[in-house]
Amino acid sequence: MIARLIKRGRTGPYPHPAARLAYPMGSRVGVRAGAAPKQGPRRLFALIAALPILLGASEPRLVPDVSNTQVDIAYSFTGADLLLFGAILYPGGRAPSPDTDVAVVIKGPAEPLLVREKAKVAGIWINRTSERFRSVPSFYAVATSRPLDQLVSPRTAAIYEIGIGNLLLSPANGASANEQARFESGLIDLKRRNGLYAEHVGTVSVREGVLYRALVPIPARVPVGQYTAETYLIRNGHIIAVATRPIRIGKSGFERFVAQAAETYPLLYGLAAILISLLMGLAAALGFGRVRR
Amino acid sequence: MNALVIVLLGGAVGILSGMFGVGGGFLTTPLLIFYGVPPAVAVASSATQITGTSVSGVLAHSRRQGVDFRMGMVLVAGGGIGSFAGGFLFRLLQKTGQIDTIINLLYVALLGWIGLAMARESVRAVLAAREGRKPPPITTKRHRKWIAALPFRWRFYGAGLYISPLAPLLLGFVTGLLTVLMGVGGGFILVPAMLYLFGVSARVVVGTSLFQGLFVTATTTLVHAVTTHAVDLVLAGLLLIGSVIGAQIGSSMVQRVRPERARMMLAVIVMAVAIRMAIGLTWQPDAIYTVQAL
Repeated sequence: MIARLIKRGRTGPYPHPAARLAYPMGSRVGVRAGAAPKQGPRRLFALIAALPILLGASEPRLVPDVSNTQVDIAYSFTGADLLLFGAILYPGGRAPSPDTDVAVVIKGPAEPLLVREKAKVAGIWINRTSERFRSVPSFYAVATSRPLDQLVSPRTAAIYEIGIGNLLLSPANGASANEQARFESGLIDLKRRNGLYAEHVGTVSVREGVLYRALVPIPARVPVGQYTAETYLIRNGHIIAVATRPIRIGKSGFERFVAQAAETYPLLYGLAAILISLLMGLAAALGFGRVRR
Repeated sequence: MNALVIVLLGGAVGILSGMFGVGGGFLTTPLLIFYGVPPAVAVASSATQITGTSVSGVLAHSRRQGVDFRMGMVLVAGGGIGSFAGGFLFRLLQKTGQIDTIINLLYVALLGWIGLAMARESVRAVLAAREGRKPPPITTKRHRKWIAALPFRWRFYGAGLYISPLAPLLLGFVTGLLTVLMGVGGGFILVPAMLYLFGVSARVVVGTSLFQGLFVTATTTLVHAVTTHAVDLVLAGLLLIGSVIGAQIGSSMVQRVRPERARMMLAVIVMAVAIRMAIGLTWQPDAIYTVQAL
């Protein structure tokens, strides 16, 4: 399974020309120009926090790779294991330091959501109250080499959104902080139960401070779209290098053609659906009629 | 998603469809949702699947003169109007977040009522047969006052009726509404309503119900394809492969099984779904929080 995925990942095309531009081969990892503009002020802080990385040439850098940059969801899709691996390069032939930690974050496309809360009214459970969230990652998985609280300070974790508790979901209603927190934990709990939010502690292995690898499971029911895999190099509680790789999760083959047709030509698609079901029904009726005679 | 599971699911529902003239949507839709298909896709695709199942059923029944086409056309006209009204209502309920509760309540009320009515009738028939008496007539009240009071009476030869077309038109409207709201073919309303309210001849009830379902689910497929983009052709196709075969098996089985026994079986299935739904409403749900994309 893995071998097949790896092969496809190597030969598979990049999902989008823009994505290729954003991550040129020889670029300094850590200069994540493509990610900065759309991510809001919090990203800006992250960039400022990462300034020493950008300026200092003596820090190590990451060379990341993913087993497959393209995950296809066919009808038989029961989930996949994404292998994230890479090397840590030390400039000037410095000896690798053994106390290096790595955290890998895989994020799905963010979407606005309405979260509803049920309450018992007249004996039955119905939706009572609701809260709007402006940007909820459709998928979020973090894999770390050690427990998160031993890895970085809460502040750093919050800035980089490492850990499910540190996601910035942007509640949009004018509800009280208490209520917002209640809805937020409800939403996160729901996502966790569906396997869409997950923390995999200790699943990243770092070998002699040079090579790292992490196996992150992708469940069967992931939403399609453009994902990112962010790798953080951490030492002494500080993030010293960041690298991002895009991953495209989409429906493949006939599935993809059908999904596209449904979006592009809805009326024709609907008529085709009716025609196909009519013909199949007719064929079955005629076929059975002949068998019986 | 396992293609074989979908095909088998379609097959099981198809047997019921052929036997009783129910589209089977009231079983397909919940089963698909349990299997992890998004509810909107489940509703829309099961409507598409019912279209295909109905074709073979309608052909099989019309070969035996089991379809009253005049009654069917009136029901289709009502169903067309009903499905558009249903689409409007669906969007309104979706906006306020109450669509799930309304769907559940509708299922409990309708399935409970129909299940009880069928169970009572079929138990009486079975008991009568055991004591060696002639079974009581299926239709106790041949002429209901309010239906007889409606103007412009037509003759429906297949159904053996002389009633106003307004009554089946209204029935068609209600089932069209339910097709959009619940993702069902409407057979489980049409069959008992035609039998017990109108007194339609039992010979044409199933075929006529399938005939109406054929056209109304086709309309619903189109409405869903254009507005919600939720029709999944691959899913519907897999369901169809199972269900068209199942429907053929079912429609030949119905001639071998004693009709009162068959009705008793359907009554039990219908009541089981209703009870499950009612319990689901009162128990604390597994997920207090639900999300909706904006």
